Amino acid sequence: MGNNMSEESQATEQRTPVPSQAEGKSDIIRVEGMHKWYGDFHVLQDLNLTVKQGERIVICGPSGSGKSTFIRCINRLEEHQQGKIIVDNIELTDDVRHIDTVRREVGMVFQHFNLFPHLTVLENCCLSPIWVRKTPRKEAEADAMEYLKRVKIPDQANKYPGQLSGGQQQRVAIARALCMKPKIMLFDEPTSALDPEMIKEVLDVMIELAGSGMTMLCVTHEMGFAKTVADRVIFMDGGEIVEEAPPHEFFTNPQEPRTQSFLKQILQH
Amino acid sequence: MAESTMKPPKIAIDPVAWMRQNLFSSWYNSLLTVFVGYLVITSAGPLFTWLFFEATFLGDKPSDCSGTGACWLFISERLNFFIYGFFPQEHQWRVDFMFGLMALSFVPQFIERFPGRKWFGLFGLTGLPVVGYFMIPGGWFGLEVVESTKWGGLMLTLILAYIGIIASLPIGILLALGRRSEMPIIRGLCVVFIEVWRAVPLITVLFMASVMLPLFLPEGVNFEKLMRALIGITLWQSAYMAEVIRGGLQAIPRGQYEAADALGLGYWKKTGLIILPQALKMVIPGIVNTFISLFKDTTLVLIIGLFDILGTVQSTVTDPAWQNVAIEGYVFVAFCFWVFCFGISRYSQNLERKLDTGHKT
Ligand SMILES: Nc1ncnc2c1ncn2[C@@H]1O[C@H](COP(=O)(O)OP(=O)(O)OP(=O)(O)O)[C@@H](O)[C@H]1O
Ligand SMILES: [Mg+2]
Repeated sequence: MGNNMSEESQATEQRTPVPSQAEGKSDIIRVEGMHKWYGDFHVLQDLNLTVKQGERIVICGPSGSGKSTFIRCINRLEEHQQGKIIVDNIELTDDVRHIDTVRREVGMVFQHFNLFPHLTVLENCCLSPIWVRKTPRKEAEADAMEYLKRVKIPDQANKYPGQLSGGQQQRVAIARALCMKPKIMLFDEPTSALDPEMIKEVLDVMIELAGSGMTMLCVTHEMGFAKTVADRVIFMDGGEIVEEAPPHEFFTNPQEPRTQSFLKQILQH
Repeated sequence: MAESTMKPPKIAIDPVAWMRQNLFSSWYNSLLTVFVGYLVITSAGPLFTWLFFEATFLGDKPSDCSGTGACWLFISERLNFFIYGFFPQEHQWRVDFMFGLMALSFVPQFIERFPGRKWFGLFGLTGLPVVGYFMIPGGWFGLEVVESTKWGGLMLTLILAYIGIIASLPIGILLALGRRSEMPIIRGLCVVFIEVWRAVPLITVLFMASVMLPLFLPEGVNFEKLMRALIGITLWQSAYMAEVIRGGLQAIPRGQYEAADALGLGYWKKTGLIILPQALKMVIPGIVNTFISLFKDTTLVLIIGLFDILGTVQSTVTDPAWQNVAIEGYVFVAFCFWVFCFGISRYSQNLERKLDTGHKT
C-alpha cells in the first residue's frame, strides 16, 4: 500500500505543526500486553500503548505488519485474545454492553469509505445518531449539516454516495463518524484509495479536526501529515511496536534498524 | 460550485435511421428481418382471425356459436363460475369488495404520481389480508359463513398466490438470516428446514398436507383443507425465498457490516437498516421470479380437490352442452395468468429503477 507515497506526502509537506492538545490530560486509551492470533498466526504480539485525551498518534509500518488489525481491536471490530484494552475507562471484553458503549465513543474511518450506498449523504450521517443515540430527527439533521459544512460539502447532502468523488465520499465518512460526537477517531489509511488530487482535501479536514482537540489514531503513510499533526509516531513491524517517538525525532533520528530501513525505503522516492 | 443551467442535448430519433441501424445493418440482418417478418405476418393472420374476426362474442347459448373462430360465449356464460367457484351468488359482493380493495392497493403502484401510493401499497401488504380474513369466510359482523370448500376459480388462485407470496417473504428472510447466524443451533435448524422443503416437489407437499397431516395432528385439531394447503405452499415457498435472499446477503461487502458495527448499530438495526435493504434490492429479480413461479404453481392444488381457475375451467370444458371449447378455456386461463404475472414483472422493474441509487459496489 505504499506505492505512491511520494506524491501523497507532498500534499502536506509544507505545513506548520498543529500545537499539541494533550498537555496535562488524562489517559483515554490503555493497551496493556495485548496479543492477538488469527488461528495459529500470531498477528499482534505484546502491544503496549497509552494515549492521552487529545493526543494524535500516527501508526505506520510495512504492509501486513498488523496496523489495521491493531486499530480495529480498539473498537472491537477484531477481538484480542490476551492482555487488556481499556477505552474511556471501559475494558473491552466479550460483554456486548461494553462493546456498544465503546463503539458509541469511538468513530472510525475506513480505507474504502464504506458509506451506505442506499442512503443519501444526510441519511448516512443521521442514521446512527437517530437509532443509537436516540437524537430527534430534526436535531440530528441540523447537527449533520453542521458537520457536512465542516468537511466542506453541505451542498451534497441529498446526493447518494455513488454520485460523489472518492475524496467527497471520504469526507462524508468522516462527517458520519463525527455525527456520533465520538471522543476518539480511528483512521485506517483514509487516503490510500484516493487519487493524489483528492488526498489534500481529506487531509485538510483531518488537520482541522486535529486542531480541535480530537483524540486521533491514524494509520497512514502520509509522512507530511504525520509531521504536521502527530504527537507521536508509532512504527510497527511483524505485529510488534518497534519504535515510538515524536515525529521530529522519528524522522531525523530513528533508533531501530528496521525503522531506518523502512524510512529509507519510503523517503527514497 | 456554481450550478450550470446548460441541459444535455436531446437526441432525436429518426425512424428510417433507426430501422437502417437496427433491422437492416447488414445483408444477413436484412435477411433475418424479412424472414421473421414473413413468419409473424403469416401466423398472426390466422391467429387474429380465430381470436377476433371470426369469433362469436354475442349470444347466450351454445348454438349461437356458429362461426369458425373462437366461441367466447363459453367464457362469458360461465364467467361467474370461473371467478367465484361455488361461492354463493348472494355473497359474491364480499369477494368483489376484496377485488376492489386489491385493485385500489396495487393499481396506484403503476402510476408514478399517484399521491400517497406508498400507503396504498402498505395497506395491500398488511391490511388487505386482515380484511380478507374477515370478509371472505364470514362468521363475523353478521356475515354468513361461506365454507372454504365453496371457494374456487380466480378468487381461490389469488388467495393461494397472495397469501403464499406475502407470508413466504418474511419467513424466507428469517430463514436466510438464520442460515448465516453465528449460533450453531439456529443455523442448523434453518439449514435442515430449507434443505428438506426445497428438495420436495410441491405436489408431494400438497398431498402430505391434505392426506398425511391430519394423521399426525392431535385428536380434535383439524384445519380445513385449504388452510393445510396454504401452510404447505407457504413453507415450501419460504425455503426457496430464503435461498434467493441469502444470495443477496452474501453479496453485501464486509465493509458495510463493519461500518454499521463501528457506528454502534446492534444486530437488528444493522440488519434492518443497512444489510436487508441492500440485499433485497439486489435480489428483486430473483424474488419476483419465485413469486411468478409460485403464482403458476398454485394450479397444482387441483390434485387435492381444490378448484382454482384452471380447475374450474377444466371441469367445464367437458360439459356436453358446449362442443369443442377446450381451446377457448385454456386460452382464457393462460390470459388470466399472463395478466397477473406480467403485472408483477412490470411492477418489479419499476421498483428496481426507482431504488437504483447509482452505486456499483
Ligand atoms: N481475517 C484474517 N484472517 C487471517 N489473517 C489475517 C486476517 N486479516 C489479516 N490477516 C493477516 O494479518 C496480518 C496483518 O494484517 P493487517 O491488515 O493488520 O496489516 P496492515 O499492517 O494493515 O497492512 P496493510 O498496510 O497492507 O493494510 C497480515 O499478514 C494479514 O495477512
Ligand atoms: Mg491495513
